[in-house]
Amino acid sequence: MAQLPAIIPVSLLLSAFVAFLVGTFSRSLVYPITLLGIVTALVTAVMGLIRVLQDGAQHYYFGGWPPPLGIEYVLDHLSGFMTVLVMFIALLSVIYSRRSFLQEVPEKIVPLYSLVLLMLAGLTGIILTGDLFNLYVFLEIASLAAYAIMAIGNDKAPVAVIRYVIMGTIGACFYLLGVGFIYFATGSLNMGDVARILPGIYGSRLIVVAMTFIVIGMALKMALFPLHIWLPDVYTYSPSAVVALIAPIMTKVGAYVLIRMLVSVFLPNYLTSVLPVTLMIGWLAAVGIVAMSIMAIAQKDFRRMLAYSSVAQICYVALGIGLANPFGLIGALLHILNHAFMKGCLFQISGGIRYRAGLWQIPQFAGLGRHMRWTMGAFTVAAISMVGIPPACGFFSKWYLVLGCIDAGNWVFAVVVVASSLLNAVYFFRVLEKVYMVPSNNDSTVTAASDPPGEMLAPILVLASGIIILGVINAVIVTQILEPIVSLAF
Amino acid sequence: MIAKYRDLIVSLACRLMVPFMFLFGFYVTMFGHYGPGGGFQGGTIMASGVILLRLSLGRQATIKKFPLELGHIVGVIGLLIYSATGLISILAGGEYLNYAYLPIPGMSGAERQHLGILFVEIGVALGVFGVLLSIFDSLTKEG
Amino acid sequence: MFQVLLDHYPYYLSTALIVIGVWGMLAKHNLMKKVIGMNIFQTAIILLFISSSVKFGATVPTFDPKLGLENTALYVNPLPHVLMLTAIVVMVATNGVAFAILLLIYRRYRTLDEEEILRRMRE
Repeated sequence: MAQLPAIIPVSLLLSAFVAFLVGTFSRSLVYPITLLGIVTALVTAVMGLIRVLQDGAQHYYFGGWPPPLGIEYVLDHLSGFMTVLVMFIALLSVIYSRRSFLQEVPEKIVPLYSLVLLMLAGLTGIILTGDLFNLYVFLEIASLAAYAIMAIGNDKAPVAVIRYVIMGTIGACFYLLGVGFIYFATGSLNMGDVARILPGIYGSRLIVVAMTFIVIGMALKMALFPLHIWLPDVYTYSPSAVVALIAPIMTKVGAYVLIRMLVSVFLPNYLTSVLPVTLMIGWLAAVGIVAMSIMAIAQKDFRRMLAYSSVAQICYVALGIGLANPFGLIGALLHILNHAFMKGCLFQISGGIRYRAGLWQIPQFAGLGRHMRWTMGAFTVAAISMVGIPPACGFFSKWYLVLGCIDAGNWVFAVVVVASSLLNAVYFFRVLEKVYMVPSNNDSTVTAASDPPGEMLAPILVLASGIIILGVINAVIVTQILEPIVSLAF
Repeated sequence: MIAKYRDLIVSLACRLMVPFMFLFGFYVTMFGHYGPGGGFQGGTIMASGVILLRLSLGRQATIKKFPLELGHIVGVIGLLIYSATGLISILAGGEYLNYAYLPIPGMSGAERQHLGILFVEIGVALGVFGVLLSIFDSLTKEG
Repeated sequence: MFQVLLDHYPYYLSTALIVIGVWGMLAKHNLMKKVIGMNIFQTAIILLFISSSVKFGATVPTFDPKLGLENTALYVNPLPHVLMLTAIVVMVATNGVAFAILLLIYRRYRTLDEEEILRRMRE
């Protein structure tokens, strides 16, 4: 029971290796082993979160070496929350993906699922670790596995992915430079140790440069506004089930690293007093929300519209981080949770439409509402939540963000958050109108379409009902899980 | 690139050198405790031995001894040795990769740590050997 | 000022290599040259770390029976060396993935020039 923080990434790693070994001999056993690994990690993550809620933060020392000698894993409210979120979305996406992979890329199933498990091991390692260099190692594990599975498929995906490879490697190497400078200045790589030593070397220029490099590196990984260039092409051309897995969780883990740096390593009064990094993040995010929402309105391809919408939503999270006060941080964390559910649902719906009807251009969606009832119903729920109408969960995260803006006295940001909901409404209701109001002009692909098969429809419906449930119980989540995180920093 | 090299001297010299390369790679792996070396370095040297054979003798001649799937299988077995060593430590009551808890009879805690590092280095050497060989094989595959 | 340059010359050279690597990634049109620029960039970061671990009059960080263990100023700091071993492994894996993706692109488009590929992709 005390070994919980290690079992989560280790079980995923072991099942990746076992799945690859078994898969070279028998192809049909790969999917059950994948499901077994993810279910083990999800159950362990839920048990870990319950233990943290009862007992407080858990510290785990790898190899028995205590810090600052060894690598430390920390399971506290923030990491427990993120681990449960990532594993739950991963489970639903993997259940969704089987039919889609069998239709699109049947001969590459074995390496595909092994790489999915490796990527999930990397993501949980990033979330749980308390050591700065260990975070770089797991960041690259997750990123390399993600590059590989995104390049499988048609002939436009590799061009999009090579750009992501180059920009993602620059981001990770900038993070490595930042960690190097922190090591030169403090002599330690452990997050808690560095947080203890930092107030003693307050005016050091090395720390300022380190902070800048880490923020820019994670902004590249997170697709913050001017550094988001790789994201629309990648989300448009990759296989649909792969995007449904990666889009809700990859960029969120980048935002998690920024929050971890803010909350545990560079405490907020250091960040706001020495170099106004959070102010710059906030302004870039505000411009990004407006610019990306306008770009999303201009798209005809459904997946490309969802990709620009994803950049705008991650800019909401960055706006919450950039405010650097309690309500802003609660809004950012709640928006990570809500957006994972909303975008997971939307990308799975996009994959379902492609699976059944082979369509991805919005003008061709005319009249689909009559034929794919459950799918379009789930799309309506997700669209309402993205716009921000209660009781769907999207309203509550934007509410906390606006409260944070008012607390910081920054009226421009509050106006941006509210006005961008109108922009979201434009591009989502345009699709809703095409789907429900416009009569289908007897297009044979539309009339022959029906709801995706049960294996693909069930995760969509679970996510859609999760959107409503999260909206109803959001007060419980905020008081039990998110407020202890914020009280660490402020 | 993967056809047999036409010159006799080159192919003969490569065939003579490769066993020594394997031996040197094994030496570097084992002596990582006492000098520069260890799993990654030894694995790379061993992989470069097989790659030299593939480059100089051609693919047809080397497939009998080093089949195309060898890289994948040996690599995964090596990584499983690494992970399983850590898992045995958890099952025996300690933390992950705490070699003092490995159930080897007749040794003190410090000696078990010494031996545990050796197991892990062998696993890493096999893993790196397999991965580099499979990278080379998949990059030079036809079509 | 010249004395400052002479004192810290590894850091200035590594920074120059980082800038060359990033320039290669941004300014070159051929995809293979971009990957080579990425390699130069990562190698320069490794060089920066290792040059920070050196001490005057110290030797390699493996146990030497003649020197003993009491005076640690005789051995170079081994921690950045170990970190950079891991970073070299990451560099090799990134190269493997990048070359495999470049092969996929070449087999489909028969060229590695970025502008030509983007032009053909948009059609």
